[in-house]
Amino acid sequence: MSVAKEGFEPLIVAFCCNWCSYAGADLAGTGRMPYPANVRIVRVPCSSRVNPSFVIRAFQRGADGVIVAGCHPGDCHYHSGNFFTRRRLSVLRRLLEYMGIEPERFQVRWISGSEGAKFAQVMTDLTADIRALGPNRKLRDAL
Amino acid sequence: MKRVGVFVCWCGSNIAATVDIERVIAAARKMPNVVYASDNKYMCSELGQASIRESIEKENITRVVIASCSPRMHENTFRKTVAAAGLNPFYLEIANIREHCSWVHKEGEVGTVKAISLVRTAVAKAARNEPLTPSSLQITKRALVIGAGIAGIQAALDIADSGYQVDLVEKEPSIGGRMAQLDKTFPTLDCSACILTPKMVDVAQHDNITLHTYSVVEKVDGYVGNFTATIRKKSRGIDMEKCTGCGICYEKCPVKVDSEFEAGMAKRRAIYVPFPQAVPNKPVIDRENCRYFTQGKCKVCQKLCPAGAVDYELEDEVLTVEYGAIVVATGFDILDLQAYGEYGYGKHPDVLTSLEFERLVNASGPTGGKILRPSDGKPPRTVAFIQCVGSRDQAKGKAYCSKVCCMYTAKHAILLREKVPGAKPIVFYIDVRTPGKDYEEFYNRATDEYGATYIRGQVGKVYPEGDRLIIRGVDSLSARPVELEVDMVVLAVAVTARADAAGVGRMLGITTNAHQFFNEAHPKLRPVETHSAGIYLAGMCQGPKDIPEAVAQASAAAVKVVGLLNKDSLVGNPTVANVDESMCSGCLECTQVCPYDAIKEKSITERRGRETLTRTVAEVNEGLCQGCGACSVACRPGANNLKGFTNEQILAEVDAVCL
Repeated sequence: MSVAKEGFEPLIVAFCCNWCSYAGADLAGTGRMPYPANVRIVRVPCSSRVNPSFVIRAFQRGADGVIVAGCHPGDCHYHSGNFFTRRRLSVLRRLLEYMGIEPERFQVRWISGSEGAKFAQVMTDLTADIRALGPNRKLRDAL
Repeated sequence: MKRVGVFVCWCGSNIAATVDIERVIAAARKMPNVVYASDNKYMCSELGQASIRESIEKENITRVVIASCSPRMHENTFRKTVAAAGLNPFYLEIANIREHCSWVHKEGEVGTVKAISLVRTAVAKAARNEPLTPSSLQITKRALVIGAGIAGIQAALDIADSGYQVDLVEKEPSIGGRMAQLDKTFPTLDCSACILTPKMVDVAQHDNITLHTYSVVEKVDGYVGNFTATIRKKSRGIDMEKCTGCGICYEKCPVKVDSEFEAGMAKRRAIYVPFPQAVPNKPVIDRENCRYFTQGKCKVCQKLCPAGAVDYELEDEVLTVEYGAIVVATGFDILDLQAYGEYGYGKHPDVLTSLEFERLVNASGPTGGKILRPSDGKPPRTVAFIQCVGSRDQAKGKAYCSKVCCMYTAKHAILLREKVPGAKPIVFYIDVRTPGKDYEEFYNRATDEYGATYIRGQVGKVYPEGDRLIIRGVDSLSARPVELEVDMVVLAVAVTARADAAGVGRMLGITTNAHQFFNEAHPKLRPVETHSAGIYLAGMCQGPKDIPEAVAQASAAAVKVVGLLNKDSLVGNPTVANVDESMCSGCLECTQVCPYDAIKEKSITERRGRETLTRTVAEVNEGLCQGCGACSVACRPGANNLKGFTNEQILAEVDAVCL
């Protein structure tokens, strides 16, 4: 597969739970911790609100990477939501792999409301990973 | 068609210095459904808000997007603005172009490009926003306090004094808790019982407090303002109406077992009052040890009772009561010393826990307040106090500091010197921690005025030699081994969460930390609330603390309860799950994932052709639902959707992000 990597700017959709990861992103902002602008956050109340179909839809619409970020296991604002996230999305990850999507394109991370620096770091690393992989061509809707 | 208005905030230069506001507005005007776009230097200012209100009215805007700071900052502010203009407050969406954009993307024009994308995403969602109305919840004007130690007593008294009914539930036969067991209190050396018992009596006599001792809360259902608790009042075997508390019954009871109140330092009977100042001051029959219950004969107490109050046939009483708020004040336990064989506890009678020492010093204790060695009844000349037994020990104890031991050990050293003139207190410590008003001064008195010797270092072994005990340890300041001959060893044992704390937490729907202490909603800013609305914490059950802290927290919890009960009704969270009954297959997968037990099955009857069918569907209790959305994802037919974060809204956002 030949992929033009020069000048490629990946689009990354980040589903962030309102209580931890969205707040972590806010903290990265308050602390002026830069990360690539390729990341676009969609706010959800809890990472367990993320239906696997949302992730697939993002890939279909042309996202090059998707990340779901929630509270650390055990710290969920809703007691146990992120345990469901973990189970559902690990199944999804295997499905995506089966469909030929590189597993690095879809990640699940735990970022608390006090981890602004971690948020910036995770997004920076993720963008670099996706940039190296090149555009998502597999699941993209035929244009 | 939805008419979306976009309002872009400069936030002074916070946004405008990085993001080209003009371009964002120009791009917004071309987005689907957008009929109006404008900017303001400070949207949150009174002028900015007024401009939003005016534009909504003038341009007939029906959905509002504000591109500004994080919604976690000003979502509520702008919801009020939107509502003031006559729209449903949930018609608002916020594009976070400050924290998520201008503050982190300062390079070139990426900030502007991303801001436009964020606005497009918010517009896509806003166009699909439906009006939401918070439900109104009734409040039961009655509070439940679980645990009647000093924290529970204080919370109950404060709530009751504010005019609300309180049920105070205590699992032991008397209220008073751990504080009742203590002798003196630091740093004033007030007698613990002398300051506690008046409060205990106040509880017993208060018109607004109903006391349930020897009772446990077995079940709690419901949600803030509308809890239902099941309380089991265990049978005391005593008719409380008839009993006069004369005490004749227990004098002739043939059974003697270790007294829990005396920390095993004295015996009690099978029918007993735990301590002389107990409230209620009426006995209880301990069925596990009573000869009548274990062997079927005896009945001595019944024969002796002049009031005819002893009734072995009395059964447990189970009450179901409704409450608006709950205070959890279940207290603490003391670490089991099984893992600490090196200190010889349990092997040598003169090795005591500090709670046992507390009883030994107490005037109403087993020795009448004389400090005597349990082995030979002689006063000790040298007493070693070992700190941090189980505390600050990641290897086999608890990682945390128990907080009260440094201070009560200084107190014990002082009391030892006062009660046994010439006795030598020697304290082994890791650090001496005395934060608190007059605490450091109190510790200084123990060393300077009372001559307590402090050795920095830990003890490796305690073993008997003759009738004395040898302590082997190390002085870490001089890096030399220490060997001492003492007459008594007192262990400052770590405080722990109650053994049943995790179970109590599950029953109440509140979480515990790694050490089973209950979690507060925020460690700094919401220290008495839990993540479950309407449930509050007081005292040691939330973490180690001393009496003044427990009392302060209890009063704080009481204020929260009173503030809640004062309201006529509660405004519910409108972003709750919703089930479309026509699509629901009744699989009830959603009930399995709900952390709040907010979804129940329900039967509905519907007509299909000429037939009338009854089938099962899921129903969301909007009072219980907190709006996480886990159930919406679990729903196979897609009948369950989360208001405010519907599948359609989120998919529209995803589509807009990827444009």
